[in-house]
Amino acid sequence: MAAFASALGILPSPPASAYPQQRWLRSVTREQRQGCRSRRYSKVVSYYGLTTPPYKLDALEPYMSKRTVELHWGKHHQDYVDGLNKQLATSMFYGYTLEELIKEGYNNGNPLPEYNNAAQVWNHHFFWESMQPEGGGSPEGGVLQQIEKDFGSFTNFREEFIRSALSLLGSGWVWLVLKREERKLSVVCTQNAISPLAFGDIPIMNLDLWEHAYYLDYKDDRRMYVTNFIDHLVSWHTVTLRMMRAEAFVNLGEPNIPVA
Amino acid sequence: MALRTLASRKTLAAAALGGARPLAAARGVATVALPDLPYDYGALEPAISGEIMRLHHQKHHATYVANYNKALEQLDAAVTKGDAPAVVQLQSAIKFNGGGHINHSIFWKNLKPISEGGGESPHQKLGWAIDEDFGSFEALLKKMNAEGAALQGSGWVWLALDKEAKKLSVETTANQDPLVTKGANLVPLLGIDVWEHAYYLQYKNVRPDYLSNIWKVINWKYAGEVYENAVA
Ligand SMILES: [Fe+2]
Ligand SMILES: [Fe+2]
Repeated sequence: MAAFASALGILPSPPASAYPQQRWLRSVTREQRQGCRSRRYSKVVSYYGLTTPPYKLDALEPYMSKRTVELHWGKHHQDYVDGLNKQLATSMFYGYTLEELIKEGYNNGNPLPEYNNAAQVWNHHFFWESMQPEGGGSPEGGVLQQIEKDFGSFTNFREEFIRSALSLLGSGWVWLVLKREERKLSVVCTQNAISPLAFGDIPIMNLDLWEHAYYLDYKDDRRMYVTNFIDHLVSWHTVTLRMMRAEAFVNLGEPNIPVA
Repeated sequence: MALRTLASRKTLAAAALGGARPLAAARGVATVALPDLPYDYGALEPAISGEIMRLHHQKHHATYVANYNKALEQLDAAVTKGDAPAVVQLQSAIKFNGGGHINHSIFWKNLKPISEGGGESPHQKLGWAIDEDFGSFEALLKKMNAEGAALQGSGWVWLALDKEAKKLSVETTANQDPLVTKGANLVPLLGIDVWEHAYYLQYKNVRPDYLSNIWKVINWKYAGEVYENAVA
């Protein structure tokens, strides 16, 4: 923990939100008049709102164009939010947190109807916060040490991330996750909307590999897109914060044996 | 489907360069080649832009062809060596890239410029079969539009003929899975690419608009011929 905190000290801006979920619930008050009685009922219903990326829509230029972010966030992400809310109106999952919904809705590999939208809402929110203007470069402090421990070197990690992203067939995501059991960082790919949350892994950062994420800017050149992400967009600042939170669940240090 | 042997291609190349005969040429692995489009890239406008057609053919389809051929050569080497793990490991690349080549080769034939009869609804036997199995031609389009729009991620929506049962159905396949993965008796009459690369430059996130416009350039005559050959 101390190592991550020290890395944090040298980083400039505070995070948009270390606990995104608090911002996700939007409340709507609906007033209803019941029959001939004059008494007014007030029913509160909560649905999900579209969260805003923690930077201006053109802030990731030239590596990700304003047009791409506008469409990706304003249309694709919005559509997943709208689709989910529509389903929740008549769903047993109403009132679940997104994480609970994703874990339950995955249904051991037979996803329930709400799963796709819920996971994509979560994945995209997580994705926007995985990037920052002037991102990329190399992580520092505890994150760098952990990457060196688990991948051999930062260069190895970078190569594995790119190779893995290129090996995904079709649409999906590439993730840096913390494996709970193995207590190590790992690069994994998932198909379409699938989230590593369902397997118990702790997501640390992700990159959207659907063609809509890069087609306007890179056409079929996924390699260039992934390379620019890792070199210029990924937010090691966010990664550091997420690692700190993850450490509350996974002990990454040497086994700590109490003396007495 | 355009098939030619690596042997002839490489032999020609080797002869032209005066170089040595490549090893693969001796065994003659049958590779595939990118087929030419039967129309110009811009001929399907405004339904599908020339830029989309060019990238789709020259980049996407060409990459499936190149990677499929590469996988075939690796497979050939692995089989020769008796390297079972390598043979098995190559299956996903063969399915994906081979499927990509098969599917796109069908797709190009499914399209036709309006001036040459693209979008003219099916007549005769296929027309009657569609009415019988779906109620009407419009009902079929509605069903394909709905299934295409609902498909998660990348994939294809098909009008399929079960050649044993002689029955039509709408099927979807994920990624580049060819229709045959849904059933050995299924013959593809029409396949529509619903990967984002097939429409994104023009239609952005609005896949339903792409699907409703593509009917203007569908070559039903070709689908009808495939149908009649398969039921004959
Ligand atoms: Fe996306
Ligand atoms: Fe395609």
